[in-house]
Amino acid sequence: MSRLIPFFGFLLLVALFGFGIWWNTQHDQREVPSPLINKPVPSYALPMLDDPSHTVTRDAMLGKPYLINVFGSWCIACGEEHPVLMTQGKNIGVPLVGYNYKDTPENAKAWLSQHGNPYDMIIVDAEGRTAIDFGVYGAPESFLVDAKGVIRYKHIGPLTDQVIANELKPAIAALGREMP
Amino acid sequence: MRALSVMLAACLLVFTCPLLAQAIDPLPFKDHAEEVRFQQLTRELRCLVCQNENLADSNADLARDLRHEVFDQMQAGKSDAQIKQYLVDRYSDFVLYDPPVKPGTLLLWFGPLAMLLAGAGVVIFTVRKRARAPMPIDSATTDQGEDW
Repeated sequence: MSRLIPFFGFLLLVALFGFGIWWNTQHDQREVPSPLINKPVPSYALPMLDDPSHTVTRDAMLGKPYLINVFGSWCIACGEEHPVLMTQGKNIGVPLVGYNYKDTPENAKAWLSQHGNPYDMIIVDAEGRTAIDFGVYGAPESFLVDAKGVIRYKHIGPLTDQVIANELKPAIAALGREMP
Repeated sequence: MRALSVMLAACLLVFTCPLLAQAIDPLPFKDHAEEVRFQQLTRELRCLVCQNENLADSNADLARDLRHEVFDQMQAGKSDAQIKQYLVDRYSDFVLYDPPVKPGTLLLWFGPLAMLLAGAGVVIFTVRKRARAPMPIDSATTDQGEDW
């Protein structure tokens, strides 16, 4: 019996490493949980892409939930996400605010006219300074902001049909239930 | 052949120079002490894009932005702790190469020590048990003939 002890030790290690491999297939290693969830949106004042003289602020956006989607014409994963936003953007039930990150207005406009514009409104952060306050580290990223200006959900990486159905839509539905 | 190698060398120069220029990324430090402090601080912070690199070494765009942010905050007279807190507030503890000791990280900090103590316990237990047990016949002495 005692000769089997090393074998059981080996089986335990196999189970441990097997669990590790399984865990890694279920979780994105690169994903850093945002400390901003359930905290107020950082204060921002960013120009609109269509009309740079018009500045959009956090306070002006209070009162209605919306989804901020960080994108850039240079960002390859945003190109993957784009068709999903084009088909689903109007169905999610909240306005889609494009956050043009580290881009030039010319490139952004050319990209949108080539692939289509799923956004209800686009704000521009050419330097990416405000994005630091949002904790953005890789586009695309999406932030669901509720009517009180609190970030309720964040997704890092491209939104897919599955993510929208399994995570985003339930998060938006949860907002609706709280509405007076 | 010679012309080809000259062309190749020229190509290498042309393509690598912009990379070098990016890596250097000079900041206007007012003295050496400030630069040393900056280097130390950015070495303790993780780049979010290339997650196995620190802020000091990373060439990623965001790392450059964050270096500038750290530099600006140093100019504004913020302490290292304040600057770290600023980044933790935005990017979570993940930006720190040294995770802080708190309930969620106790296993990380003291797990290895616990394993070591447990191992030492097993060794002591086994050695004592063997010392008490009668010596078994050593099998090595019986098959000496096969030794080569």
